[in-house]
Amino acid sequence: MKKERREEQMNRRLMTGNEAAAWGARLSRADYVPSFPITPQTEIIETIARWTAAGEMEARLVMMESEHSMVTAAGAAAATGVRVFMATSSQGLLYATEMLFSIPGWRVPLVLVNVSRGLSSPITLEPDHNDVLAMRDSGFLQIHAASCQEVLDAVLLACRLGEDPRVRLPVLVNMDGFYLSFTREAVEVPPPALAAAFVGEFHPTQPGGAAGSPSAQGVAVMGGATYSYFRYQVQLAHQSALRVYDDVSREFQQTFGRPMEAVEAYRMEGAQVAFLMIGSFSSKARGAVDALREAGEPVGMIRPRLLRPYPARRLRELARGVRALVVVDQNLSPGLGGILHGELAGALYNGGTDLPGAGRNPVLLSYIGGLGGRNITTEEFFAMAAEAREALETGVVPPPRLLYTGAELEQVRRQQNMALVKTAEAS
Amino acid sequence: MTNTAYKSMKELPGSHVMAGGTGICAGCGGLEAIKMLCDVLGANTIVVNAAGCMTLLSVYPHTPFPGSWLYTAMASAPAGGQGVRDALDILEARAARTGAPRREKTHVLVLTGDGSANGMGLSATSAAMDRRLDFWYLCYDNEGYGNTGQQTSAATPHGAHTSTDPGGFAGEKKNLFAIWAAHNPSYLATITAAEPVDLARKVAQARELEGPRMFIALAPCPTGWHFAPRDSVKIGRLAVKTGMFPLKTFINGRIEHTRPPQARGRRPPVEQYLELQGRFAHLFHPRRDEARLAEIQRRVDMYWEAVGVA
Repeated sequence: MKKERREEQMNRRLMTGNEAAAWGARLSRADYVPSFPITPQTEIIETIARWTAAGEMEARLVMMESEHSMVTAAGAAAATGVRVFMATSSQGLLYATEMLFSIPGWRVPLVLVNVSRGLSSPITLEPDHNDVLAMRDSGFLQIHAASCQEVLDAVLLACRLGEDPRVRLPVLVNMDGFYLSFTREAVEVPPPALAAAFVGEFHPTQPGGAAGSPSAQGVAVMGGATYSYFRYQVQLAHQSALRVYDDVSREFQQTFGRPMEAVEAYRMEGAQVAFLMIGSFSSKARGAVDALREAGEPVGMIRPRLLRPYPARRLRELARGVRALVVVDQNLSPGLGGILHGELAGALYNGGTDLPGAGRNPVLLSYIGGLGGRNITTEEFFAMAAEAREALETGVVPPPRLLYTGAELEQVRRQQNMALVKTAEAS
Repeated sequence: MTNTAYKSMKELPGSHVMAGGTGICAGCGGLEAIKMLCDVLGANTIVVNAAGCMTLLSVYPHTPFPGSWLYTAMASAPAGGQGVRDALDILEARAARTGAPRREKTHVLVLTGDGSANGMGLSATSAAMDRRLDFWYLCYDNEGYGNTGQQTSAATPHGAHTSTDPGGFAGEKKNLFAIWAAHNPSYLATITAAEPVDLARKVAQARELEGPRMFIALAPCPTGWHFAPRDSVKIGRLAVKTGMFPLKTFINGRIEHTRPPQARGRRPPVEQYLELQGRFAHLFHPRRDEARLAEIQRRVDMYWEAVGVA
């Protein structure tokens, strides 16, 4: 298709990340949408409900009584033979944990959009990534969006990826609450026919499940040998999904003209220092990278869109091209620190010895930032880059740290004062 | 209503839908109830199971069902039933649009124990009835968490020994029938495999309806109740004859007792039911606990008096 014609057909409009997710469901022609409300996701199911009520989207939306039941119904419907879409957030995602770990073993494709929100307690509505990262071992594939456009695009891509016969797994698409869910951006809505052609028809493996074509799903096994075999099938499917993702994202770019490769490399040419981040806060890093480049500093950014399967090979390639890597984790694994930092360190240690640059790992710096929607400022990115340079010069790597300012501490102290809390530091 | 179907044992289905040879305990009253229900319901049934004893029906690479089986989790089998039913309806509607011939209806049967039904699965069950889900629900009630060795559940009867109430359960069996009835399902009945004709009639009656069709099957449990497997049917019958387990239906707001016991004085005392089971042995040995036996009898008599069977 000619570029001009494609742009002509594209329909560009302002919408929130939640609406973009709903558009993803609509354009991928989801048949079934089991639902349960939770802030900041609710707008997704409300949008779909409005469309199905008006006959603009042909899907069955059913209000469930919990996320645990929602995911059960979703998996059961996908196993019976229809395309399923659902959305949740935070506490809801965790409430469904048992089923999120179960249905990858059923080998059913479906798409779940998670709108990231910090976990209790304390209670917050604002985003960080502890909810979605708590599900990293579930067997779901994970795609992390950084813009409203990417939310829509990732849902289409997730359908193709999960339904590929070499994969057959559920896919989680993640966006940050508020920063994407409630922020309106210009989003290109692909023509329905083009999206439908890209996503394709849903081909169930065990259609109907009726007598004559019976199947038994989620059955018990006796002994570790059978259990290990089937658990490892999920790992093999993830490995295969890495290759399938590359194919599908390439085709996506050819079809829609937008890149969706597994790892975004931003201004990495000649970079000595790079940030590594996921999600919408990476756009803050992008701004800081631009400013630093303008000041003549060779800084770039690495952003995995695909987090499960973990694109280790590509990350090694990129990481070994720089001397220092600043990992900004918008999550906290108490007792460990940042999850992305630990995963990257694991991928670099001894990994990919066949690659150029093997044995030349960069220095890794770890920062925790953006918990519960806390901003990460441009100045903080500058400071992190400066600390990375200092580490390279001195050979001393600073310990993992929380991005937090004196002014913020002052603010909390005032609240504690009101709450009549006496702290050791205050007294 | 095909109330007239199945007048005697001779009229019951002669062949079985489910295969034998499962890993379920000998003398399991729950398994018998499932088999009998499936015989009347037919082969075109998708079973959605919750964690419980019957998880062991389908152990890779075997399944006794000619239709499909989906194991979900302890809390959400009715939600699994929702997903299956909705997907079947979507596929059916799509096929109808293409002019494909209508297939025989596929039934969705949710299978849970009393632990799931009375406890963590109650919310999902309530919601499925709220949504008027077109499904069958069979609760095999062996009055405790049987699969883990008979710990006290909300369905454990007063006085029964369990592995967590070694001195006998001080509480009361939860009235799940009343809780379910409050949702006004299309059909609600208690059954037991020891009364096969009553069971078959009820399943046949429910088959004519749509919406939630709910069954609570008393499931005598040799390992949990401590009796010899050969006594399973005898104990099931005595549960009905002594009035301990009322067989009844709830349709359109009306409760009907389908096998009421004889009037007080003529019906056998509850101790005939209790003394066959090791879980009540402490009521008889080393000496009879007259107070507790009288209390259990009094509650049974009160129930029947209240429903007009004095």
